[in-house]
Amino acid sequence: MAQEIIEVPLTGKITSVEVKVGDKVKEGDVICFIESMKMENPILDPVDGTIVQINVTPEQIVKPGETIAIIEY
Amino acid sequence: MFGLFESGFQLFSWGNALMLLIGGALIYLGIAKKMEPLLLVPIGFGILLVNLPLGGLMDYELQITNTTGVPAKVISIEVDETSKIGENDVILQLDSGEILAPIYGRIKQVEVSPGQEVAPGEIVATMITTAQTDQARLPTKPMGLLSRIFAYGIMWQVIPPLIFLCLGALTDFGPMIANPKTLLLGAAAQFGVYFAFFAALATNLFVPDGFTIAEAASIGIIGGAEGPTTIYVTSFLAPHIIGATAVACYTYMALVPIIQPPIIKLLTTKTERAIYMKPQMREVASLEKIIFPLITAVIVILFVPMSAPLIGMFMVGNLFMTCGVTDRLSKTAQTTLIDILTIFLTLCIGATMTAGNFLQPKTLLVLFLGVVAFATATAAGVLMAKLMNLFSKQKINPMIGAAGVSAVPMAARVVQVMGQKANPKNFLLMHAMGPNVAGAIGAAIAGGVFLGMVG
Repeated sequence: MAQEIIEVPLTGKITSVEVKVGDKVKEGDVICFIESMKMENPILDPVDGTIVQINVTPEQIVKPGETIAIIEY
Repeated sequence: MFGLFESGFQLFSWGNALMLLIGGALIYLGIAKKMEPLLLVPIGFGILLVNLPLGGLMDYELQITNTTGVPAKVISIEVDETSKIGENDVILQLDSGEILAPIYGRIKQVEVSPGQEVAPGEIVATMITTAQTDQARLPTKPMGLLSRIFAYGIMWQVIPPLIFLCLGALTDFGPMIANPKTLLLGAAAQFGVYFAFFAALATNLFVPDGFTIAEAASIGIIGGAEGPTTIYVTSFLAPHIIGATAVACYTYMALVPIIQPPIIKLLTTKTERAIYMKPQMREVASLEKIIFPLITAVIVILFVPMSAPLIGMFMVGNLFMTCGVTDRLSKTAQTTLIDILTIFLTLCIGATMTAGNFLQPKTLLVLFLGVVAFATATAAGVLMAKLMNLFSKQKINPMIGAAGVSAVPMAARVVQVMGQKANPKNFLLMHAMGPNVAGAIGAAIAGGVFLGMVG
């Protein structure tokens, strides 16, 4: 099975994580929200698949390139 | 008797009632719909306050003199004290001609009596008006709380540049420094400013009493999508339409999520909107962020000296934020100072919207041309991005060009949302912030160019 790694696109704070390991997700579903530049930015899932790993928790400060989640499809 | 029997009802007009509704609607949108509440609530209340006659908050005193050019004898007085008068109503009959009211308002005091001789230039009456007059032609003295703040804060061009200082302390130029190409997108979007300028001038072909060059420049600058720039330029060039241009600018900035998407969709294909841009841009060193405001201020002000108050303040505010040793100044500018200035600015903008100033056919035209300015600015940014793609190997998502209209950060946010919709993998926010902040600089430069040309 192929894996899709969702990376942090910009420096910010994770405000909430909307999925958990094992969840089936569809393209366009919200994975988590990152607060940056006074805006809450949703991070969307790019593929249909299953969440196999989540590396972030709410309140965590994240930097670009860090892994948010891994999806198998 | 001591104002006891003086009420606002005699002077209350249908125009005032309509303005109360408009003010109420803005307050409703701010509170109930959470649309730009920090702007709309005080603007709306300012409108309420100045449309309650005799409140006097936005009053100006104007002296009427014997303008016939020769000594004359007063034949009759045609107005009562405190009576309401319209522009060109007769105030006095002199044996050498009539003295007309140069603007709408009410008579405060008649200084002469029938039979009296008056010399040329002698004061014959004082009147009170709420109109923003051309000070070179009709000098007025502010008499109310808000007209004083307006005169010394806005007409003296103090508040808008100080707001620019605060915006500088809130703007991260990092994305633009990381990708300097985006400067071109910010510059391209200024096309909207010039398009609306010429469109406003072209109205002279269709209506007899169209816009002057100074008014057209003030309308064009709405396309820069920067409130303080618009207010700054209009206060210089055409203060009598400042209410309309400021309201157009702030309203359309709030409506960016509605105005921009159809234009972006019209000019791009689905594949173009889905173009993926790597989220990671190069790390910008703090030294670069310190040098940027210094160099920009020097270069821009040398090229366009009239932009100095806006660009100068913008860059000093930015330096407060980036230099790392003036955190207290930067924090004040980002929070307390901008809040204080916003209270003064927005109340005053609302206060310029008296029925007499605002309910004119020209206002509707200003609002219409304002949308034209925003729309063409968006289109020019997108088309520039497409043009750049023709010559570059690494394609950019043409939607980020739309963020060149400034309206920080709303336009960048629109691009981000549309980009994610077209391709969930995409995260264009930081890419769009480049043209977005470049657009703010571009708008200030365009304002300086207008002031240099027309002012």
